[in-house]
Amino acid sequence: MSSPTTASAVARGVAGEMVVSSPGRLASRWTPWLFLLAPLLLLAVFTWVPVANLFFYSVTDWDGVSPDRSLVGLANYRELVTRPELFRVFLVSGYYLAASVVQLVLALYLATVLSFKTRFRNLFKGIIFFPYLINGVAIAFVFLFFFKPGGTLDSLLALVGISHDRLWLGDPALANPSLAAVSVWRYLGLNFILFLGAIQSVPGSLYEAAELDGATRWQQFRYLIAPSIKPILGLSVILAISGSLAVFEIPFIMTGGAGGTTTFVIQTVKQAFVFNKVGLASAASVVLLALVLLITWIQRRIVPDERVDLT
Amino acid sequence: MATTKSLMAIVVAATLSVAACSGSGGGTSAAPVTAPNDPSLVTGQITVLTNRTDLEQDGTLAKYAAAFTKVYPKASVKFEAITDYEGEVKIRLNTSQYGDVLLIPNNIARKDYPSFFASLGSEADFSSKYRFVPNSTVNGKVYGVATFGNANGFVYNTAVWKQAGITSWPKTTAEFLADLKLIKDKTSATPYYTNYHDGWPLTQWQGAFGGVSCDPQANNALAQSTAPWAAGKELNTIDTLLYDTVKQGLVETDPTTTNWENSKTLLASGKVGTMLLGSWAISQMQKAATTAGKDPSTIGYMPFPSQTNGSFCSVSAPDYLEGVSSKSKNQPTARAWIDWFTDKSGYAASQGAISTAKDAPLPPTLAEFQKQGVKLVELDQAKATLVNTIDKGSEIGLTAPDYRQKIVDAARGTGGTLQAQFDDLNKKWATAQQSAS
Repeated sequence: MSSPTTASAVARGVAGEMVVSSPGRLASRWTPWLFLLAPLLLLAVFTWVPVANLFFYSVTDWDGVSPDRSLVGLANYRELVTRPELFRVFLVSGYYLAASVVQLVLALYLATVLSFKTRFRNLFKGIIFFPYLINGVAIAFVFLFFFKPGGTLDSLLALVGISHDRLWLGDPALANPSLAAVSVWRYLGLNFILFLGAIQSVPGSLYEAAELDGATRWQQFRYLIAPSIKPILGLSVILAISGSLAVFEIPFIMTGGAGGTTTFVIQTVKQAFVFNKVGLASAASVVLLALVLLITWIQRRIVPDERVDLT
Repeated sequence: MATTKSLMAIVVAATLSVAACSGSGGGTSAAPVTAPNDPSLVTGQITVLTNRTDLEQDGTLAKYAAAFTKVYPKASVKFEAITDYEGEVKIRLNTSQYGDVLLIPNNIARKDYPSFFASLGSEADFSSKYRFVPNSTVNGKVYGVATFGNANGFVYNTAVWKQAGITSWPKTTAEFLADLKLIKDKTSATPYYTNYHDGWPLTQWQGAFGGVSCDPQANNALAQSTAPWAAGKELNTIDTLLYDTVKQGLVETDPTTTNWENSKTLLASGKVGTMLLGSWAISQMQKAATTAGKDPSTIGYMPFPSQTNGSFCSVSAPDYLEGVSSKSKNQPTARAWIDWFTDKSGYAASQGAISTAKDAPLPPTLAEFQKQGVKLVELDQAKATLVNTIDKGSEIGLTAPDYRQKIVDAARGTGGTLQAQFDDLNKKWATAQQSAS
């Protein structure tokens, strides 16, 4: 807690020197804002202005290029709600949602195991977190080769004697699960590191005490680890749900949304850039934003954010 | 490189039938841009935007620039080759920095041409000299000149077809399917390659539109039709052929993991028999054949298997149109470049493509077409704007990959029946047509 105070004290000194005539108190009132200027400016330019634009476009019939556009009120939103087929793509999100349950459970398990004294734990930590550092485009390309007929996956299966004639990305029953599996592989590391951080923030003395009391590993997890990571778990669930609704890059690059793998975001991108319906696509994005906010709100109501006190 | 080619292909497909056309959009009343007759009055540096990153890398563009400066010693040309040409230029059009000369992006509706490009003259001035003039005309004024044109058909490996015992071009879709079947039975080649994953090669199927009926009014008829996919209609024929080809297992095992760059080598080396592509692809395939150590003359080109009055037809359509920016500060030099590039550079010939100049002979790549008397048809553009509006409004996307990917899906048993698709397409088209007209 000490470093921010020191930093602002230094800055106050500098500001005081620069504006000699002004009273130090005024300068100190502005100092934090000076520090905030850069991030706020970036936030405004790259987030708030585009979002405001998005809301504006959603009430116009702009085609994305034409110099003229007209206000059409809520017509785009009306079109959205009168075309139920536009929301059918959310069924695809179900695959990713199911995958994220697997992802959370797996991440939690690995984090727990690696928080105890396991051999090569640092190596494993690295291996599990590594995929998250790779660019999504690169991952999509790697897995394209992985899933190819006669590709890496088929070769591996052949090694253990499993031969099959199914197409991992070509078979509609397998395409979405395959893509969702890639998503798990990619994001597992993030959940893992969040959980691991939370688990390691539990004071070591508590584990010692638990061990002295004869608690088993399971009991340690149930009564020590689980309660301490509850807030992080809540956060991960929200991220998983909103992430499942807004899946984009992996299916977009790997299948382009073909063969029943179109997600809501891919559909929106196509409306905007293939069919020149920027207005409608903006309205769809606003609806997606509203959905994510709604789910977050419901989640917060069901699982309120409570302070954890382990002692 | 892949992007360059895919963009080119999309261009071909897009301009073939759905390029937007004259609307009521307000044209500027400015006088048309002309180049001075005296070469010494053509001065200054101009920037030319292009999608041909490959030609920039191999130095071809620099040669053009040098040749231009030789004719106009006081002028110079700077190229800006852009990989994601469509996406990037579309955004830049909202600024004033989009070069002096540029290829008109396909996504720009034709009625918007006057807002971004300078008029080059009247339709009458151009149509006596050039092909594809209606494709860039708004209210009688011309806003761009085609860099070159393409025919449409199947590029095929003659050795593979010969090995299967086929000596003449199939005349009907049934014959075509039977020939592919022969290839499958008698050779080790994949008869047809869809390039489903890359998607844009599938849009080339739209290039066959107009060639089946051999009717220059085909595109205009689309604007009136309420059921373009009804039995016997042209789109029905084209899509049914694609469907049957996939359905009968005459294509690659897994269309979802195809690769365009690799497909060129596959065709050139005889591992694949046939692909439907614009004639721009011929020279690329020949190059791939040379690279693979094969004889480039094995690459053949045949029209869509359909005859009208005993002759084959192929639609010829412009590739990118080159226009002068309305924001350019050096429009006369920009115009001089367009005139020189179209008439004198020899660009179209070097691409093995149809020259924009009407009096130029057909390229050697289409020699077989000429020999067999294939009729080249240019589609009338009178209703192109309306067709474009219906197409976008219905979200069908005649020149977008999704529409034909779904036909392939249906054939692979993963997306409903073909008839269900046709019914759905007809319904969407009819609805959009009603609200558009």
